[in-house]
Amino acid sequence: MKTRVKISIRNLTKSFGSNQVLKGLDLDIMEGESVVVIGGSGTGKSVLVKCILGLLAPDSGEILIDGRDMTTASRAEHGEFMKKVGMLFQGGALFDSLTVWENVAFGLIRAHGMNKDEAHGIAIKKLARVGLGEDVSGLTPAELSGGMKKRVALARAIAAEPEIIFFDEPTTGLDPIMADVINRLITECVKELGATTLTITHDMSSVRKIADQAAMLHDGRIIWHGSRRAMDTTKNPFVRQFTTGSAKGPIKMITRGPE
Amino acid sequence: MELLSLIGRYFIAGLAEIGRLVIFTKEVVSHLVRPPFYFSMVGRQILTIGYFSLPVVGLTAIFTGAALAQQIFVGTGRFNAEAAVAGITVISIVRELGPVLAGLMVAGRVSSAIAAEIGTMQVSEQIDALVTLSTHPHKYLVVPRLIAAVLTLPLLVIVANIIGVFGGFLVGTQKLGFNASNYLQVTVDFLEASDIHSSLVKAAVFGFIIALLGCYHGFKSRGGAEGVGAATTNAVVSAFILILLANLIITVNVFGS
Repeated sequence: MKTRVKISIRNLTKSFGSNQVLKGLDLDIMEGESVVVIGGSGTGKSVLVKCILGLLAPDSGEILIDGRDMTTASRAEHGEFMKKVGMLFQGGALFDSLTVWENVAFGLIRAHGMNKDEAHGIAIKKLARVGLGEDVSGLTPAELSGGMKKRVALARAIAAEPEIIFFDEPTTGLDPIMADVINRLITECVKELGATTLTITHDMSSVRKIADQAAMLHDGRIIWHGSRRAMDTTKNPFVRQFTTGSAKGPIKMITRGPE
Repeated sequence: MELLSLIGRYFIAGLAEIGRLVIFTKEVVSHLVRPPFYFSMVGRQILTIGYFSLPVVGLTAIFTGAALAQQIFVGTGRFNAEAAVAGITVISIVRELGPVLAGLMVAGRVSSAIAAEIGTMQVSEQIDALVTLSTHPHKYLVVPRLIAAVLTLPLLVIVANIIGVFGGFLVGTQKLGFNASNYLQVTVDFLEASDIHSSLVKAAVFGFIIALLGCYHGFKSRGGAEGVGAATTNAVVSAFILILLANLIITVNVFGS
């Protein structure tokens, strides 16, 4: 059992105008561990991931990756961090001006300086790993179905064999069977790479399949953090309400209409 | 008081917008001179910005040049100076109409296309994806477009100038009764090197404006299809206004004499 802390987030805050989204968030992720952050829509799950990736600048707090604070890192240090990272975006975020294999090979060529032929070979291998044949590699993303796009995006995220992978709502918009296929692929690929992963989702079936640890984000903080097993037995009313999917409970959804 | 606060709010918002554009420009220009460079991207952009704009620029130039010769004929006819038609036409086209019309037409075609493309990439998280693949979006998307636009606009304007003068020549010789060799001789005699310098400098500046505003509004777009639509409109409108403003400044201050 590995015990080194890979990602450590301390007292992270982020506001948009007067709307404070993250209000002092703390989270530790051990090396090789799969942590899933659950929480309702609009609770700031995506903001958390974007802060870690440096796509958004946090207002305050620390984000330690391998012990180094990324909020104060230089451009070069941040560049090195990005080479160790893979990210699967919610909508896939495939480059629609490029073909499927060029998408998968993009990071290999741009960030890792690989030549085109070598990168093409790896792209084909990674596509095969997610169950896509060579015939797909020359298509453009517009010609793919939703499930295939997710697979290509997964192949792109794992292409450079990253140490850390982020998954943003990996199963949203997929039918339950395809969602299960993607969940399986994620667990298998992550295990093969031995990567540390952070997933954000509100799909409970996804949580049960890919999480080692689950954490609940509510009102800008992590209010509960425990093993997947503990998630189903905890007495925490917030977690219980979320995992059972009930409208009744301490979490109040903001709805419009008469009071 | 309502009115004053409204004016104030618009004024501050306007200043903030200018500030954001200046910061964006500074950031992009700094990427112009730092490696890595994506040369293959520049080639593709030269094709889309330059080559594919040729038909629309050519048609605009020939129609305008032809109409202009006719108008100048009418104008000069009021004080019996019809002999100057060829000279005034060439100066009007090279110094003013060639660069401005080519700039506006390309802005309509290219600023909008750039804003829509980058805007769509922004709202579909492709820009974020670039960052996670260790590629700076400004370097990868903006710099090649800027270089391509600054290089190709002068070439397009040269073509527009030639076709515009040719349009005037057609009307002058076919309808207004000028002698062809005489018309060309007057055209060449009237044209000075500074006219052409002015034309090319304007073209390069307009090219920079066209690509910059397309990219700026693309990166700024938020919130799906509606946001991309707004970005496209804003890119074209602001590019038009800045081109006309830059034209005024260059004409009056640099090539005024």
